[in-house]
Amino acid sequence: MTVAMGLMLAYTLIPLVWLTISATKSNQTLLDSSGLWFGDGFHLFENIRDVFTYDDGIYLRWFGNTVLYSVVGAGGASIIATMGGYALAMYEFTGRRVVSAVVIGAISIPASALAVPTYLLFSDMGIVNTPWAVLLPSLASPFGLYLMRVYATEAVPPAMLEAARIDGAGELRIFLTISLRLLAPGFVTVLLFTLVATWNNYFLPLIVLNDPELFPLTVGLHQWNALAQGGVATATPVLPLVITGSLLAIVPLIVSFLFLQRFWQSGLAAGGVKQ
Amino acid sequence: MKRGAVRRNLTAHAFLLPFLCVFVIGVVAPLIYSINLSLYQERMVGGMTFAGLDNYTKAFRDNLFHAGLGRVALFFAIQVPLMLCLSLAAALAIDSGRLRAPGLFRIGIFVPYAVPGVVAALMWGYLYGDRFGLVGEIGALLHTEVPDLLSKNWMLASIGNIVTWSYVGYNMLIFYAALRSIPEELYEAAEVDGAGAIRKAFSIKLPALRPALLMATTFSVIGSFQLFNEPSVLQNLAPSAVSTNYTPNMYAYNLAFEGRQFNYSAAVAVLLGLVTVIVAYAVQRATARRERML
Repeated sequence: MTVAMGLMLAYTLIPLVWLTISATKSNQTLLDSSGLWFGDGFHLFENIRDVFTYDDGIYLRWFGNTVLYSVVGAGGASIIATMGGYALAMYEFTGRRVVSAVVIGAISIPASALAVPTYLLFSDMGIVNTPWAVLLPSLASPFGLYLMRVYATEAVPPAMLEAARIDGAGELRIFLTISLRLLAPGFVTVLLFTLVATWNNYFLPLIVLNDPELFPLTVGLHQWNALAQGGVATATPVLPLVITGSLLAIVPLIVSFLFLQRFWQSGLAAGGVKQ
Repeated sequence: MKRGAVRRNLTAHAFLLPFLCVFVIGVVAPLIYSINLSLYQERMVGGMTFAGLDNYTKAFRDNLFHAGLGRVALFFAIQVPLMLCLSLAAALAIDSGRLRAPGLFRIGIFVPYAVPGVVAALMWGYLYGDRFGLVGEIGALLHTEVPDLLSKNWMLASIGNIVTWSYVGYNMLIFYAALRSIPEELYEAAEVDGAGAIRKAFSIKLPALRPALLMATTFSVIGSFQLFNEPSVLQNLAPSAVSTNYTPNMYAYNLAFEGRQFNYSAAVAVLLGLVTVIVAYAVQRATARRERML
């Protein structure tokens, strides 16, 4: 069993090893050295410098944009989903069943199916090619809301809310001081899912943005790759930039996954298990 | 209604309000807008005119749309079961307690999920290539002719590999979380009743996995039918193997942004969304009779 699992681990990790090793190579060694071992010379720092200086440092802009879209988009989406999911789980109110049904139905409408219509709508509204065109759709996470509803049902005992009410606490105060703490693992889970979704988002920004200054990393890297494939002669070879830039783009997410590991796993169980 | 109840009713609505606002802007409005758009046609004479279901009947007969739909359906039928079986096997192995360093396997297999689809496709695209890719190198090492993975015949399988690589760990984790939530007492009770390992797997583990399986297949339906990132990145590397209508989503994109046929593109997008929902629903009916998300 350990051997079979070892093979699987090799399958998932070797491409990343390849990427890391390739990021240490110059353009020429990339083409004529073995993929899984270092070539002559160690060019990682040189490549990183080139990534950050190429085209007046546009990569740093893309990086900043990605951080902005992810932090505001994913952070906002998680807060909004937590409040909504909590309301659906803890309160009996008019329209609850309708909202639940509509939202659960919306989970099967993927964001990418809405990308073209979103572009058309936003272009009528005049917000195409602004950060809002990426941020607004990112803020709506039906799956996050669903996960939070399931998680809140499990994690927040209604008796505790009753006790707080008898003590005279207002609903907002109960939410902020008691419930939010109990909801933390669920919140971190939703945050990580939305963070991955926004960090990796490609289709929507590709459609709603055409100013390179506003691109996230994914769209920017794809553009560099097109340049590298097109064989356009540039002062700096683009191929090492694509590879090193790709490596740099995945580091922050992997780091945040490793850091937040123990928080989100308990939250994940809720979405997959309870109905 | 009591005063407290009225106030709580209001509170609940206040908590939900932000979500409902972004939900309307991000989901409901684009949906309604595109349905509306799909009912019109841009004519040379007369400009925008109401066309009823003309765009839809056109899509129904459109071979390019059919070809894309057929491709993603084939992709779904082969890639998804393969990936889910791999994920399930990995989750069961990690949960079995007979594996050394389970934590390492768990995070290691999950890591590709953090890699953007575009970066994954770029990376595999290079790996597939015979110029400085690994696949060509392995072929040279073994003195065998390795098929061109970026050719027309292999493209769908190559994309399947990228998607499997990206999501095998994600699904494994969903299954693993479900397995961890089984109370220990259940195993003990089964052992007292004389159940062996296989009996335990079928009577305790599989039923506990059903909701997780349901969630994983639902997301896989969506992922397969909406395929876009991977083929569109590989199109750069192999323009002749990936047509502009390779997947329905690419077709809708190209209709809108290359062909300026916004109305027809909207109809294709709506139809694709409908197909996705129907397949997701059908798959849910097949995987689980009791627990359903829809």
